[in-house]
Amino acid sequence: MEITKSKEGKGLVISVKGRLDAVTSPSFDKEMEETLAEGETALVVDFEHLDYISSAGLRSILAVTKQLKARDGRIVLASLKDIVREVFEISGFNKIIPIYASREEAVSNL
Amino acid sequence: MRAVTLPASLEHLKEALDFLEARAREAGLDGKRILEMQLALEEVLANVFTYAYPDGGGVVEIRCFPEGSGRLAIEVRDRGIPFDCLSRKDPDLEAVLDDRPIGGLGIFLFKRLSSRVEYRREDDTNILSLLF
Repeated sequence: MEITKSKEGKGLVISVKGRLDAVTSPSFDKEMEETLAEGETALVVDFEHLDYISSAGLRSILAVTKQLKARDGRIVLASLKDIVREVFEISGFNKIIPIYASREEAVSNL
Repeated sequence: MRAVTLPASLEHLKEALDFLEARAREAGLDGKRILEMQLALEEVLANVFTYAYPDGGGVVEIRCFPEGSGRLAIEVRDRGIPFDCLSRKDPDLEAVLDDRPIGGLGIFLFKRLSSRVEYRREDDTNILSLLF
């Protein structure tokens, strides 16, 4: 898994490449922890290059969503591949986190 | 039938998922279906790794049975504490953010991704069968 961050508009875009699973989610959690510690409160997580997510990855996304809500922040997701979208739909997470078709659309809806 | 036995710890997850991918390709499954199967197996194994052997040191065996016409059955066997994951209640998918617990989705995911799931305990062994 690779994570890259870039400032876009009023938010921070976090691109995740590879697999977000039980093995890689601890390093994703650590990145998110650092991002929140830096005071970022508007996040776009860009999943265009994410090939796979398991419940460990969902747990990480839910944890950061809850933390952001507690500080009046916001998180949105962008560009989910079919398999990733399917996992969000099965788990009902698509109802609690806004999902946009593209990164641009996600940034403009922050 | 092909099988692999691995130590029941997270460091061996990738080996397990690679083994499954190879068997799934042999059985003629396509890319998205293979990812769904890997996801289901990861969720099953995550439970085994976390709960089956409180004192550590156990192993898990994965057996794959081609069922013909692009179908594959997987059996996950451990000799840990008895655990019928099918007896667990499904999460409330309509709950709002504040009421969604962190965790508890793994079992639900593999139940939804496979076309049949069965649990049985034979002597000292937990056997979870998934059909794709």
